[in-house]
Amino acid sequence: MQELWQALVQAVQLIARLDSEVVEISLRSLYVSAASIVIAALFCVPIGGLIHFHEFKGKKVLINVIQTFYSIPTVVVGLFVFLFISRAGPLGGLELLFTPGAIIIGQVILILPILTGMTISALNGVDKSIKDTALSMGATGTQAIWTIISEARFAVVGALILGFGRAISEVGAALMLGGNIRGYTRVLTTAISLETQRGDLVLSLALGIILIGIAMVVSVIMNVLLQRY
Amino acid sequence: MTILRTVNLEQRAGSISLLRNINLEVKRGEVFVIIGPTGAGKTTLLRLLDLLDTPCAGDIYFDGRKITGPAVNVMEARRSLAMVFQKPVVFNSTVYDNIAYPLKVRGVNNSVIRSRVEELLDTCGLSGFAKRRARTLSGGEAQRVALARAVISSPAILFMDEPTANLDTASVKAIEDLLADFNRRNNLTVILTTHDLQQGQRLAQRAGVLMQGELVQAGTPQEIFRSPGDIRIARFVGMKNILRGIVARQGSGMAAIEVKGRVIEAVSELPAGTAVDIYIRPEEIVLSLQGLQGSARNKLAATVMSVSLDGPLCTVVLDGGYTGAPEGTPLRLEALVTAISAGELALRPGQQIYATIKATAVKVLPAPHSAD
Repeated sequence: MQELWQALVQAVQLIARLDSEVVEISLRSLYVSAASIVIAALFCVPIGGLIHFHEFKGKKVLINVIQTFYSIPTVVVGLFVFLFISRAGPLGGLELLFTPGAIIIGQVILILPILTGMTISALNGVDKSIKDTALSMGATGTQAIWTIISEARFAVVGALILGFGRAISEVGAALMLGGNIRGYTRVLTTAISLETQRGDLVLSLALGIILIGIAMVVSVIMNVLLQRY
Repeated sequence: MTILRTVNLEQRAGSISLLRNINLEVKRGEVFVIIGPTGAGKTTLLRLLDLLDTPCAGDIYFDGRKITGPAVNVMEARRSLAMVFQKPVVFNSTVYDNIAYPLKVRGVNNSVIRSRVEELLDTCGLSGFAKRRARTLSGGEAQRVALARAVISSPAILFMDEPTANLDTASVKAIEDLLADFNRRNNLTVILTTHDLQQGQRLAQRAGVLMQGELVQAGTPQEIFRSPGDIRIARFVGMKNILRGIVARQGSGMAAIEVKGRVIEAVSELPAGTAVDIYIRPEEIVLSLQGLQGSARNKLAATVMSVSLDGPLCTVVLDGGYTGAPEGTPLRLEALVTAISAGELALRPGQQIYATIKATAVKVLPAPHSAD
């Protein structure tokens, strides 16, 4: 309990005095995870829409596979991407390994199934009459699909928040693909891991509190924006 | 002038036939009401007419142009039509955005949208609701939003699928008044479905009866409700006194029909020996204590079974007795008289009375083969 209290005090102090390293690590975490979620959303929302709005053989199996990948271990994703972008891998020439870009690739792959699956679930939750109404009111097929996605926006944003949470809180892919290089690829989770190994539990806990704080602030901002629009 | 016509329209769900041989003609500017019991195929038909579903067979013509088939631009045709659904459907946005939707998807200028929405908010009694979330409205308010949204793009035909089925009386009146107003002011053609016969009679300029996937009769409400085409329609439109009989004699267009051992005369060309269904509207039966001397061809002695008051009217159930086999059911008739007349005749159960019916008041139709 003592350590928790000290960690809380230290977290407040670190934030209050805007410790340059903590600010830098936090901003990098935010940047990497935000980039991951934006890129993943650009793929997943349309893909989820395509799967939802089209009937094809094996649709249910595909959805089951997507749902299975919700729980894919981060280290497996890390290993998979590592094999591709390491010097000997097919994308080795891009020299992405141990860069923030590598972490982003890993996190995008990690949250793809969650975002796609949750988008499909969100669209399933929209009443069928919305599509009929949109079409009957003169919408084109594409306009009707966007209307349905807009109707599902609360659930879709929920999926984005969940995906962001999964990205910012994962450590396996960030460690394997970023290498935890100070001032370059170190993010909150890899910093926590390092400080714990070093035995500085209070700093680890303080960074953990900042991590949760960031996730909370992002969630609140998204929800406030959603209520407004 | 015909605005919408269907030719042998058919719809199936797998092996189940939902609609068969629908040949419908709706004139520009009229309110055409499709009445029919639940499950008759009314919604299926409206969905086909609004081009939300594709028919299995048959064609739809709008303004003389065919709007079904592979070479047709469905989008262009659909933009001349609009539909209001049974359950009020509103998008999860403000009332303003809901009503503006059809113009937005057509790329109409914002200032035009604003003036049209404000005008409709006012017309539909929704002033001050523009910024409200549409999902927070009551059922009646939401349906008015749906109606405003449907008419904002000035469609040529407005389809309404049981639009007042789940609403309270005041909301039903508000929707019906708006509908009549749009029809009158904008010459808007309205095709409405309902299972509410009174609403059908209130709104329809012409009506069609849909039963078990078939359009069994079309005409003015007067024709349908006073002269139903067959026994099924008669039952559906609430006809009382539906009796099965057989033409015993025929002479000069007058048929003597034997019903439960009694003979009832009616105007009919059907030959002797034809099995028929006859029906007599309760208000066409005249009750008297002595039996009226006049031109009426049918005068039956009967016993009053029950007398029930309903506001200014009184329903009297009569037992006309049975003169055939002793185990037969008696000839039972229902008469509708004013409460004042019932009082003057001092009607009470067990009383002997005469029921007088003109031959022209007895509608006769050949009985279907599947006797029920």
